[in-house]
Amino acid sequence: MSIMGKILTTAAVAGALMTGTAQAENLRIALVAKALGIGFFEAANKGAQEAATELGDVEIIYTGSTDTTAEGQIEVINSLIAQRVDAIAISANDTDALVPTLKKAMQRGITVISWDSGVAPAGRQMQLNPSSAPLIGNTIIKLAADHLPPEGGEVAVLSATTTSTNQNTWIAEMNKVAGDYPNVKVVGTVYGDDLADKSYREAQGLMQTYPNLRAIIAPTSVGIVAAAQAVTDAGKIGEVNVTGLGLPSEMAGHVKSGASKSFAIWNPIDLGYSATMAAYHLAKGDAKAEPGATIPIGRMGEITLDENTEAAMADPFVYDAGNIDQFSSIF
Amino acid sequence: MSLLKSRETILALAILALLAAIASRFPGFVAPRNLARVLTDTSPLILLALGQMAVILTKCIDLSVAANLALCGMVAALMNGAGVPLPLILLAVVLLGAALGAVNGLLVWRLGIPSIVVTLGTMTIYRGSIFLMTGGAWINAHQMSDAFKAFPRTVVLGLPVMAWIGLAGIAAMALLLTRTPLGRAFHAVGGNPHAAVYTGISVGRTQCAAFVLSGALAGLTGYLWVARYAVAYVDIAAGFELDVVAACVIGGIAIAGGAGTVAGAVMGALFLGIIKNALPVVGISPFWQMAISGSAILLAIAFNAASRRDPGRIILKQAEHRT
Repeated sequence: MSIMGKILTTAAVAGALMTGTAQAENLRIALVAKALGIGFFEAANKGAQEAATELGDVEIIYTGSTDTTAEGQIEVINSLIAQRVDAIAISANDTDALVPTLKKAMQRGITVISWDSGVAPAGRQMQLNPSSAPLIGNTIIKLAADHLPPEGGEVAVLSATTTSTNQNTWIAEMNKVAGDYPNVKVVGTVYGDDLADKSYREAQGLMQTYPNLRAIIAPTSVGIVAAAQAVTDAGKIGEVNVTGLGLPSEMAGHVKSGASKSFAIWNPIDLGYSATMAAYHLAKGDAKAEPGATIPIGRMGEITLDENTEAAMADPFVYDAGNIDQFSSIF
Repeated sequence: MSLLKSRETILALAILALLAAIASRFPGFVAPRNLARVLTDTSPLILLALGQMAVILTKCIDLSVAANLALCGMVAALMNGAGVPLPLILLAVVLLGAALGAVNGLLVWRLGIPSIVVTLGTMTIYRGSIFLMTGGAWINAHQMSDAFKAFPRTVVLGLPVMAWIGLAGIAAMALLLTRTPLGRAFHAVGGNPHAAVYTGISVGRTQCAAFVLSGALAGLTGYLWVARYAVAYVDIAAGFELDVVAACVIGGIAIAGGAGTVAGAVMGALFLGIIKNALPVVGISPFWQMAISGSAILLAIAFNAASRRDPGRIILKQAEHRT
């Protein structure tokens, strides 16, 4: 090997070493998805990258198992511990099964938070929920109120089953704040049992029973699609607005047809962004994960931890004709 | 007198009484336009009940109809997404449905496994296949072509195509059961399998034919269902097989096989369809709805059982007198 070659090799090695040091100064945050290849988590990664760019000294390691199992995630976490990452932000496939492995990570000084789907308190420092029941309850009635005529109008709720805990909680929270929206007259709640045909029939029934109905709130992804189709078939687009909670990919057609002016669901990009921000501040040590603590999460404002060290990110994100195309390909 | 005693007449009167009761609370329900809407809405149930009737006549039961419907519906939606023209899709779903029915039929015929076990198994397999095909993803309204969604809704002579298909199904089935050797074989095989064998009818082959018929109807209904509700996913029509069996039972199709009419099955389906469509508008608490549907079914069965018991008793009494 010539002298020139030796010099070049040395330079290359030195260069590599220097890059290594530069990386070590960067905070390495691992964003662990339930499984790779799911649009929702790919979008969360997009948000995490956005947070990394904003923060500057952060490197995101986006990873996850190939299937949605706890075993797969345990392997991933073990490899992250071996890589000595600074923080792990995980959406868990199992509340309890991951606790021992995540405890091990915390013992090695790694910051561990869960987001979206949580881990039991023993296995993480905090849990970031996309939203909370009061915020969801408020959002769904606000969405209906936004598109009512000025003099107000009748609004009905199309729920899942009579025993669905989530929907019942959201509707109860909605009724609590109904006084803040005087133009909304809630006339009743019907149950479509999360079956397309029953939801469709119930929506038809609502339009027959209340000829002056102006909006249907369906806080369930099956119900909102069925109600939108029923409104379309009844020729009442523009008269009855369907809103509630749904997925952009499922609602795209109905938003374009005008059957639904807007609806809501969490925004995975914001969620990935916020999880990264929270993990960053905890790992840096400029925020503590304890009940009552507030953690800044960049453009999303800040979150406050409750007694279970859980926090709600924000109101559900509103989707309408303006942004539906951007998100319908994501999830 | 015999007309009054026939189960079909009594069921028809029950339907009229039901309509009158609903009309007293919500007069708009019996408007011709709304009744046409109810008929359209009930067409899938009618089609499936007709197929199920053929199966029950032969002493079998087909619990896989709803899963078959969901699988064929998903295939229809996927074919539509691939740009296949509608007539080809219709042909394909009927053939696929018939093939899925034939799987049931062959297992019952060739392996002699009880139909309730076979169809419980295939029910899960068919649902599982949808998951394998799609990975659990939905096919939504904007992913279906307008022609695909419009066909069942197109109004011809005052009724949507969906209702016409239901009516055509009724006519074809009535013709098949009363005017063809196969239709009479359904009755014969269920009524007295041994006698059927002596007359040269293959019991297994006839049962298999009934499953194929039921499957083909489920396949066709799969397309109608997906096009009507403009969405296809793994769980569509979950639990619908029970409605179908209930419609047959209410319609007086003997669960032990051999007895039943097209009119009975159709009216059984209509009875359930009217209840399903009326409950949302008559303002009955949703907590009571399931109890009401269940009671209607029990009442119908109790009535059937009672009307069937009488002749037996009379014969015994006569026998007692003679001794």
